[in-house]
Amino acid sequence: MIGRRTLLASSAALLAAPAIIRTVHAQSTFDWKRCKGQRVVIALTKNPRADCLQQHQKEFEELTGIRVESEQMPEQQQRPKMVMELASGRPSFDVTHFSLHVSKRVVGTGLWLEDMRPYLANPALTAPDYDWADMSPGALRAATQPDGRIDSLPLESDIWLVYYNKQLFQQKGLSFPKTFDEMLATARKLNDPASGTYGFVARGVKNANVPVWTSILLGQDQETVTPDGRTLLTDTPGAIWAGEMYKSLLRECAPPGVIGFNWNECQTSFMQGKVGMWLDGVGFTPPLLDPKVSKIVDHVGFGVMPAGPKAQACPVFTDALGIPVQSKAKEAAYLYCQWATSKQMLLNLVNMGAGASPRLSTYQDPVLMKASPFGQEWLQTLLASMKIARSGLPEIVPVNEFRDVIGIALSNMIGGADVAKELHAATTAFQPVLAQSLKT
Amino acid sequence: MSASTTTLHPAALARRPTGRRNYARQYWLFAMPAAVVVVAVILFPWLFTFVMSVNDWKVSGNVYFVGLGNYEHLFHDPRFLWAVVRTLYFTTAAVVAPMLLGIWAAVCFAENFKLRGAARTIFILPMMATPVAIALVWTMMFHPQLGVLNYLLSLVGLPPSSWVYSSATVIPTLVMVETWQWTPLVMLIVLGGITSLPIDPYEAAVIDGANGWQMFRYITLPLVWPFIVVAAAMRIIDALKAFDTIFVITNGGPGTSSETINMLLYQTAFGYYDLGYASAMVVVFFALILLLSGVLLRMRKWEHGV
Repeated sequence: MIGRRTLLASSAALLAAPAIIRTVHAQSTFDWKRCKGQRVVIALTKNPRADCLQQHQKEFEELTGIRVESEQMPEQQQRPKMVMELASGRPSFDVTHFSLHVSKRVVGTGLWLEDMRPYLANPALTAPDYDWADMSPGALRAATQPDGRIDSLPLESDIWLVYYNKQLFQQKGLSFPKTFDEMLATARKLNDPASGTYGFVARGVKNANVPVWTSILLGQDQETVTPDGRTLLTDTPGAIWAGEMYKSLLRECAPPGVIGFNWNECQTSFMQGKVGMWLDGVGFTPPLLDPKVSKIVDHVGFGVMPAGPKAQACPVFTDALGIPVQSKAKEAAYLYCQWATSKQMLLNLVNMGAGASPRLSTYQDPVLMKASPFGQEWLQTLLASMKIARSGLPEIVPVNEFRDVIGIALSNMIGGADVAKELHAATTAFQPVLAQSLKT
Repeated sequence: MSASTTTLHPAALARRPTGRRNYARQYWLFAMPAAVVVVAVILFPWLFTFVMSVNDWKVSGNVYFVGLGNYEHLFHDPRFLWAVVRTLYFTTAAVVAPMLLGIWAAVCFAENFKLRGAARTIFILPMMATPVAIALVWTMMFHPQLGVLNYLLSLVGLPPSSWVYSSATVIPTLVMVETWQWTPLVMLIVLGGITSLPIDPYEAAVIDGANGWQMFRYITLPLVWPFIVVAAAMRIIDALKAFDTIFVITNGGPGTSSETINMLLYQTAFGYYDLGYASAMVVVFFALILLLSGVLLRMRKWEHGV
């Protein structure tokens, strides 16, 4: 007798059959083994995306016959190592994993990475189901240099959102804020230093704190530089409003010592159940829901970035993979990049909670939509955030110096400094650096 | 000045056959390997650093000669000037505190008491730990809400401290870590000196009625002074080049509150990729180290005076 489950499974298989056959056919016509026997060295930045790639690495080796040697390195070391090796002309890797929001323009200016366009256009090298057009417009924009070259393939789009502690909100009868003004008011209500409870936490340490401020600044429908990348917009009335909001949230409502907090200190404080809201990237979700390390597994809420006076937007930061022009195994390296950014791998990445996929098709996957690994609220927040995502940092060569100069001003604000004076001084200090970078 | 330093009789020199090989002229062959190494690993990097320092040398850009432009910028750059001040502040504190505690510990460990060997072993344990590893452990202990240090303060009724999470306390806290780690080294060097001292002067001092402080001040201290100078020299060099613990614990923050010259030049070279400006910092830092070395040499002369 045919059971209900068997019938349902058979029907689903029948319905999915054409798609599966199409995929298998497409795969069968593409020669993944064209570089069999070659070896590629992959330099990865230590983060959950790299974990995902390494977990599935064997599948790539079996698919292609290419031997992969991959290494993860903390981003503080990986970023300068990558730039120095590329500048030296003798990089030790065939594929590099890097943050476009930090290194895009420096690698673009140096012309150190292969232009992927000829590879993408070559049917002998790109599988028919790769579907470059499936990448979100934001990810495509991030991967494209001003001169039109595409020198990397997007691997992950780190959406920023607000994590909140539902239990603390319920205790005070509060609901998730829709605007930044409401967020400040809510944080003040949640704040109770006498009981060790704080309303809000976010990065206070210099450099790392800049995306927090730009998250607020996007609510003014404004970015940090003009579209031509030549003039700073960091001391405008909108920037000062964002600075005041940042100062109030962190000075009045955050735990003592927040001036030295990076994401890890924020995460630790939030996981102890003593902080109402935490503003940071979606990639930090898994530990919050891990009972071994988190005390708030059943109370974590996910909220879209609140709206500012002029707009509602959230910053997005993109990771990507690139191939050095000096690589001796470019085709094998491209096959690795293609596999790593394929539909299936990016679906694996989202299912692991390692971040948000830059592909649109990921969010049409029926299994993911039905059974999100972190619940429907997480998934719906992610989907809503994708629609309002904008670049969170300027695309300029000296972006690190920008983050330091503005970051120091933001740290000073937490210490009590005047917002307008700090932003004006930082802008004055950085404008010549920006101008100089445009000359060279 | 004497004309010659040879011990040979002039007559013997005069008798030397002119056809014999002069081996003295070929000594340079033996010195050559060492000279090549010195040039390759010391002289060339220094010259190259200086060349970079007089150029606008960005990693991804072209190279332009700017003469002393980088140096001029350096002396008008408040971030660099504050980094110099912080380096001197940190170095002074991170030398004085371990020196005082190390000398005191050496005097204590020179006495005979039960379990002295075990106590010494425990005392030198911090010195054996890897700086990066201990920096990570200290970072966890400094957490204002969850760190064990504030919990310990609360047990004795003291208010919590912000430790490295406040501009006001960050450098003293980093000095505390340095002191914890490097006091044992000072203790070991000075203890080596104390144990090698003769006991006669102490016996004579006891007969003369000297108290403990007088024996330390007028016998122990002058006699172990050479050891103290060696320990101080090592501490100054270590404190000036301190990087790993600061990098891991604060990365120069909050803001720039713990940004020493090392931190700033690392960030300039490998964060901003401005190799020319970072090289100018290296050259100035080298000059500063030479200056401090001069002070140490003066101390050595003073030691001979003592």
